[in-house]
Amino acid sequence: MGVHATKVVLLAAIAISFIVSLFQSQINPYFLQIIIYIGINIILATSLNLINGYAGQFSLGHAGFMALGGYTGAVVSTTLGATPGGSSAVIILPLALVLGGIVAALAGLLVGIPSLRLRGDYLAITTLGFGEIIRVVIQNLDFLGGARGFTGIPKLTNFFWVFSVVSITVFVISNLVNSSYGKGFLAVRDDEIAAQAMGINTTKYKVVAFVTGAFFAGVAGGLYAHFVSYINPQQFSFIRSIEIVVMVIVGGMGNTPGVIIAAALLTILPEALRPIAEYRMVIYSLSLVIIMITRPQGLFGRELSLRSLLGRLRKQAMPV
Amino acid sequence: MNSAPGNILELKACGINFGGLTAVSALEVAIGRRDLLGMIGPNGAGKTTVFNMITGVYQPTKGSVLFDGRNIVGLKPYQIAGLGIGRTFQNIRLFPSLTVYENIQVSLVKTLRHGFSHSTLQLPRFHEEERAVRASIVELLEIFNLTHVMNERATSLPYGDQRRTEIVRALATKPQLLLLDEPAAGMNATEKVELMRLIRLVKERFDIAILLIEHDMKVVMGICERIIVLDYGIKIAEGPPEAIRNNLSVIEAYLGEQAA
Ligand SMILES: Nc1ncnc2c1ncn2[C@@H]1O[C@H](COP(=O)(O)OP(=O)(O)OP(=O)(O)O)[C@@H](O)[C@H]1O
Ligand SMILES: [Mg+2]
Repeated sequence: MGVHATKVVLLAAIAISFIVSLFQSQINPYFLQIIIYIGINIILATSLNLINGYAGQFSLGHAGFMALGGYTGAVVSTTLGATPGGSSAVIILPLALVLGGIVAALAGLLVGIPSLRLRGDYLAITTLGFGEIIRVVIQNLDFLGGARGFTGIPKLTNFFWVFSVVSITVFVISNLVNSSYGKGFLAVRDDEIAAQAMGINTTKYKVVAFVTGAFFAGVAGGLYAHFVSYINPQQFSFIRSIEIVVMVIVGGMGNTPGVIIAAALLTILPEALRPIAEYRMVIYSLSLVIIMITRPQGLFGRELSLRSLLGRLRKQAMPV
Repeated sequence: MNSAPGNILELKACGINFGGLTAVSALEVAIGRRDLLGMIGPNGAGKTTVFNMITGVYQPTKGSVLFDGRNIVGLKPYQIAGLGIGRTFQNIRLFPSLTVYENIQVSLVKTLRHGFSHSTLQLPRFHEEERAVRASIVELLEIFNLTHVMNERATSLPYGDQRRTEIVRALATKPQLLLLDEPAAGMNATEKVELMRLIRLVKERFDIAILLIEHDMKVVMGICERIIVLDYGIKIAEGPPEAIRNNLSVIEAYLGEQAA
């Protein structure tokens, strides 16, 4: 692989996203919606995979970061008065997405701090609580529409934006974990005591994982808000966080291609099951149970299973 | 560089309690810049605890730890590693999901001048630095004959190779002082001979001080210039191998262990 190979792939992916978006109006709106959701879920799942899969921290707060990005983005674009199709959207949407990402990243910094001391299930519960706090706070903020939700967000998100962000997210996270610097995340996951003894500032790595993961979740929230044009706090409950965690576990923790495929499959599955209405969620849940029993390491990942992660967390407590 | 006078490490009146248990007390140790110092003692004597106090895993409850003349008590383990103390673990702690190559790569993270932004955006300096990292890992692996297994999962190697990989990983942090905790444990006779050769090689080639905990008397007596004996957290003897071998209180401490 040449030195610039990954950059070429990134640019090609963005170019293809652009070309496809030119024909977006020809795509059946229902299919388009599913495709957009797949893209958004890929961003959410691959970014959570950095925290849960690569850095080995169990976060259950991704929906909270997504909410922060969604609401921030909505405030930015409505304040600046962007209109769909208007040329200003080309500047306003990226601005809204980046600001949403930054607000979520700052929140990630806040959650990263308890993660310095907590591990495993304690961290999971803390982050879950954090996500719920964000939701409840938004619910009580009138200027964000409170429980009624935020309406009138310009529909700026299209195929191009979603899949450009997907490409950037995958590019950034793959580069990160494949670099020498990024090996620090894996070291933190595998054995914190050994990592520290080799000079790794484990605290800093955990925070970097949280902040980076939260940033992309925030951007995904912004894309979502500008696609559905109406958001409310219920859309970002902990159920949403769990859905994203499930995508990571099914794809294989620490396995980016696996997580991408799982995000796509698990977005399509409930839709594909729609004809059998009332059994839909039963079958969806049942498939998850079967996958976890037969392939605890995830559908694609031999990288790291939930079981071995728990084993490792126990090992951390072992005498030095 | 290493010719500066003074000791690389000094423990002064070092002690630590775990609840009611005094694991180590009033310990005085001085290690010169090129010393190969052995530390022996019966099970539970406090040897590993000494390593943990030096590396910041535990805070001594009394006394000070001077590294290169500076008190390092209170620094975090990663900071102490950064100053130049490398270690291995009694229960091997290689990173289980990483290859031999990647295990060593982790040790080089602290030497990187470019971090997050260079790695994610792959700026020009990034590739330059990654090439340098690769070159130094391969060089280390060649010295220790581990090139043929570099892409294997470290924990899938035979026990002896895992111990060697752990030593190489510690060396990759470019320490001035290397702490080895029972490197011969679990090795067969041939591997032990090979280990002794390797430790001598490390000392000569890297020009560093080594503190070696080891139960195998052949190994300790064979390579150490000086030996410290711990018993119940107290230093009961110190001297060259011959003197230690004939020291009465040392013999008693070990006999006591056999009787128990
Ligand atoms: N974290 C801890 N909490 C409580 N007690 C501890 C702790 N670490 C060590 N100890 C105790 O301190 C004493 C010294 O233990 P240490 O592991 O240093 O012995 P050792 O000389 O390395 O023995 P071995 O040769 O078996 O490795 C033991 O009694 C041990 O139980
Ligand atoms: Mg020990």
